[in-house]
Amino acid sequence: MISKTINLTLKVWRQNRGEKKGRLETYSAKNISVDMSFLEMLDVVNEELTKNKKETIAFDHDCREGICGMCGAVVNGRPHGHEKETTLCQLHMRHFSDGDIIVIEPWRARAFPLIKDLVVDRSALDNIIQAGGFISVNAGGAPDANALPISKEIAEAAFNAAACIGCGACVAACPNASAMLFVSAKVSQFALLPQGRPEAARRARTMVRMMDQCGFGNCSNETECEAECPKGISISNIARLNREFLKAEFS
Amino acid sequence: MNWFLNMLRTSIGKKLLMALTGLFFSIFLVIHLLGNLTLYGGKDLFLSYVDHLHALGPLIHVAEIGLLTFAAIHVSTGLFLFLQNLQARPIRYTVDKRGGGRTIGSATMPYTGVLIIIFVAIHLSNFHFIDHSRQTVFQAIDATFHMVPYIFFYIAAVIIVAIHVSHGFWSLFQTLGANHPKYMPAIKGIGFIFSLLVAVGFGFIPVYVSFIM
Repeated sequence: MISKTINLTLKVWRQNRGEKKGRLETYSAKNISVDMSFLEMLDVVNEELTKNKKETIAFDHDCREGICGMCGAVVNGRPHGHEKETTLCQLHMRHFSDGDIIVIEPWRARAFPLIKDLVVDRSALDNIIQAGGFISVNAGGAPDANALPISKEIAEAAFNAAACIGCGACVAACPNASAMLFVSAKVSQFALLPQGRPEAARRARTMVRMMDQCGFGNCSNETECEAECPKGISISNIARLNREFLKAEFS
Repeated sequence: MNWFLNMLRTSIGKKLLMALTGLFFSIFLVIHLLGNLTLYGGKDLFLSYVDHLHALGPLIHVAEIGLLTFAAIHVSTGLFLFLQNLQARPIRYTVDKRGGGRTIGSATMPYTGVLIIIFVAIHLSNFHFIDHSRQTVFQAIDATFHMVPYIFFYIAAVIIVAIHVSHGFWSLFQTLGANHPKYMPAIKGIGFIFSLLVAVGFGFIPVYVSFIM
C-alpha cells in the first residue's frame, strides 16, 4: 500500500561546533510519507544532504519510541511539536499538511549549551540527579508483596512523577527556562514512597540548590511546562517540591 | 539566621517572598475595597469610615510601614527574578508559541507590576499626600473624579491590578505548596472572582462619584 506523501519547507537552526552564532537555513523535504515520524522525516532530509555532499542536520535521538528522553526540538515554537503528550519521535507527519513551513529550533536555555544544530548539552539535568536524585542504601531484591503497604493512590502519584523521561521540554517550554517541573518530578517520585522518605529533606535541598547553580531560571507558575510535557507531568509536583523544600529548610 | 538568608537566596526562597508579600497585598486589597465600598453609601458614611480608620492611630502607621516594607521586598525580588529569568534564556526562539499554560496575567506580571507602582505613586499623591486640613478625603475624591481623563486612567489602572491579581492569587497558593486536586479549582475560581471584584468594585467608584452621586 502506498501511503500519502507531502512536501514541506523546513527552516532548521544550523550552528556548528564552537560556532558563536547560528542561523535558520531552509531545506525542502519532498515526498514525505505521512506515516513517518518527525525524526524519520529528518532522516530523509539528511540522506538527501549526504547525497549532495552537504553537512547533515545533527539531532539527538535514541529509542524512537517515546520513552528514552533523548530526542526533542522546538517545532514551530512548541517543544516536541504541537501534539499533546508526544515526544518528537512519536510525532507523525500526518499531523502536518502539504506545503507547511516548519521552523525547527533547539531547546533554548543558558543551562543547555548548544553542541551542534539541534543538539544541546543537557548535563545540567544529570548534575541535578547526582545532587540527590537517588536512594543511598542498597534496597536489595524485590520485597514480599504487601510487606510495605503503599496505597494505590500514592503508588500512582509516585509512578506518574517517575514517568518523567528527563527530555528537558519543560525547560524549553518555560518562559523563564526553569527546570522546576523536572526537579519536582524527580523529588516527588522518591518523596511519595517510604523508601525515599529518610533522605527526602536533604534531597529537596541539594537538588534545588544544584538547579539554581546550573543557571536555570526561576519558576513563576506559568504552567507552560505542564502543557508541553510529553509525559503529562502535573505542576502539583512543583507544589510538592515547594512543600518538601520549605519543610526541609524550616525544620 | 544564616540558614534563613541562605534559604531566601534559592529560587524557591524568592518565590516564597513573592508569595507571602503578595498574600499580604491581597489582604490589603480586600480591606481597601471593603472600606471604599462605603462610598456607595454616600458622603457621610464614607467620612465616618475615614474617621474610624484614622481613630486606629498608631496601628495605621504600623500598617503603612508594613505595606511599604512588603512593597520594597515584592518589587525588588520581582525585579531581580525578572532580570535573572531574562538571563536564563540568552538566545530567544525565532518562533515562540504558547502551549496553553500562559495567561494574560502570567505573561505580563513584571509589566503590570511596574504600571501598578506608577499608579500607586499617583494614587497616593492624589489622596494621601494632600493637605488634609484644607480638604476632606471625600472632597479630594470628588474633585479628582470629576476630571474625565482621570476616570479613564483610574479604571485602566484597576483593570491592570485585576490582571496582576488574576495570576498572583492562585500562584501564591501553588508556591506555598497548597495545590490539591480537591481545592485547586476552588482557589483558581476564588482568584478569578477576586480579580473581577477588584476591577468592578474599584473601577465603578469614579463612575458612581461623578455621574450618579
